[in-house]
Amino acid sequence: MDWGSILAETVNKFFGVQAAYFALAAIGLNIHFGYTGLLNFGHAGFMAIGAYGLAISLQNGVPLLLAVLIGLLAATAFALLLGAPTLRLRADYLAIVTIAAAEIARILFRATEIAGFNTREYTGGSTGINGFADPFKDLNPYTGSVDLWFVSFSRNDAWTVTVGWALVLLSVLFVHLAMRSPWGRVLKAVREDEDAARALGKNAYSIKMQSLVLGGLFGALGGMIFVLGQSSVQPTPQDLGAPKTFFIWVAVILGGTGKLWGPVIGSMIFSALLQFTDLTLRGFQEEGIIPTWFMDGVQVGQVRFILMGLGLMLLMAFRPQGIFGDKRELALDVR
Amino acid sequence: MSADTPTDTVTSTAADVLTDVQQVPGSPKPDPMLTADGIIRRFGGLTAVDVRHLEIQRGVITALIGPNGAGKTTFFNLMTGFDTPDEGTWNFDGVAMGKLPAHQVARNGMVRTFQLTKALSRLSVIENMKLGAGHQKGENLFRGLVKPIWGAQEREIEARADALLDRFKLAHMREEFAGTLSGGQRKLLEMARALMTDPSLIMLDEPMAGVNPALTQSLLGHVKSLRDEGRTVVFVEHDMDVVRDISDWVVVMAEGSIIAEGPHEAIGANQTVIDAYLGTSHDAPLDLGEIDVEGAS
Ligand SMILES: Nc1ncnc2c1ncn2[C@@H]1O[C@H](COP(=O)(O)OP(=O)(O)O)[C@@H](O)[C@H]1O
Ligand SMILES: [Mg+2]
Repeated sequence: MDWGSILAETVNKFFGVQAAYFALAAIGLNIHFGYTGLLNFGHAGFMAIGAYGLAISLQNGVPLLLAVLIGLLAATAFALLLGAPTLRLRADYLAIVTIAAAEIARILFRATEIAGFNTREYTGGSTGINGFADPFKDLNPYTGSVDLWFVSFSRNDAWTVTVGWALVLLSVLFVHLAMRSPWGRVLKAVREDEDAARALGKNAYSIKMQSLVLGGLFGALGGMIFVLGQSSVQPTPQDLGAPKTFFIWVAVILGGTGKLWGPVIGSMIFSALLQFTDLTLRGFQEEGIIPTWFMDGVQVGQVRFILMGLGLMLLMAFRPQGIFGDKRELALDVR
Repeated sequence: MSADTPTDTVTSTAADVLTDVQQVPGSPKPDPMLTADGIIRRFGGLTAVDVRHLEIQRGVITALIGPNGAGKTTFFNLMTGFDTPDEGTWNFDGVAMGKLPAHQVARNGMVRTFQLTKALSRLSVIENMKLGAGHQKGENLFRGLVKPIWGAQEREIEARADALLDRFKLAHMREEFAGTLSGGQRKLLEMARALMTDPSLIMLDEPMAGVNPALTQSLLGHVKSLRDEGRTVVFVEHDMDVVRDISDWVVVMAEGSIIAEGPHEAIGANQTVIDAYLGTSHDAPLDLGEIDVEGAS
């Protein structure tokens, strides 16, 4: 078993495309849940809307930046649609509506026809859209693969990773500026106790809506980097469905909710761990340490998720505040 | 606090304006700050609030008393936009409040605290305080991103917050999470935080409940000082000693309606009030003996 290459590939994932787009989406979810207390269980819906908005626009010859803008506007509309009926109600209503809406969005993208209108022409139906990313790839300044002493990326990945992490850093700066402001204070106040905020003259509905839109925009950006990286957008659950939402949640919780760098570090560690467990299990199996009657090659892919789940339970038991969280803070009774 | 505190001397100046006011439910006041008409709130079959007419005099401390379940908290919720009545209108300082959401009511100057204290646990005490200030430029996302726009105002707010923390003896807890405060300190923080909004009418729902007796005196002092700064105070309280000590006027609620109004001396002797309290179960924390003694003396 080649521990050297396992380690190298793990480190690669730590900085790879997946970590970057997870981080962007997780920054958005952290604005929702970590700072505002909004229960968004349909974050993949924002990612999907952003991704499809971008892909469909590019496919139809819209310039890249405008296509990004269209994706962001679509995500804004999605947030307003979800927020308007639910944000005046108890917190759990948003949770239910986001789960459902994200799934509805994905199924609509997969549909061939909606109300007699041939949507497949635009969305590609169940095969999705492929090869739309050329306007992005054409901007790639790298001439070949990139090898630094700790990571190496293909020419394509190097470009996506560069743009992805640049966006992550800008987003972190943005969140830092926003959360230290009085605006951020109102957001956190609403998280702690909405009625107390209202009693002090703060418009809780409006601030929750702002948070929903803003976090949704980062989700959409994450979705865009994801599909640009693989130059393909697919309406599958793995890519843009509930499992993706769950992964983003794991990344946020792992890093520590309501912390500036939490979602970023959480995403990096989560991506790296997924890779590490996969490679290690495969290695064990090839060496015969894990006999095939116990687990075959296909099952390895599933077992690593079992292990991740187990790891998450241990985290909750021994470090429920996540990596950056403050245990003291978590111990406070909220309200 | 003790029952033998001479009460009249403290409250006489503010209460003077009320000497000619009729001591009947719904009596008109010389200068009402809050006027409510025909307020009805039903929960299913239960009519929790049915207030035909109520006027709250400006610049005095009005105590709202009544047995548990009388509808005092619901009435507060209705007046402050946290709940909507089935019927009724009310106006605050000449402005009709019926359609306003809670945050607008607060911005108009009618600010309430909660029976179950709402400290913003995972914000520091000073952040809790600063939140209370109104008209903050940095509460807009885009302006918030640029600190020079709101930095100066933030410093002003912080200075005001620190002064209030000093006055409420919370300065030593400034940087602590509000969630670490004791119950009494939370009551103090909630009151101080409400003052950051610079309210003209402050409605305190059981401000002394669960407060350690050592803190009660200072809380009472704070409530009186609110009136002395020209604010109007309405507070809900069960302890008759407290009511006697600081209220200029007492409004009694039972089963949703106002059943009596007057200075505390008259209320103690009021047969309707005594009946209302006797008619309730034993969990009514008001000490009837105290009322009788006071009324007789
Ligand atoms: N949200 C509600 N739903 C149903 N009944 C309620 C609700 N809020 C209050 N009540 C009822 O209304 C009555 C008045 O309650 P409340 O205003 O809390 O009384 P108080 O503050 O005087 O003790 C009580 O009988 C209470 O059970
Ligand atoms: Mg009550």
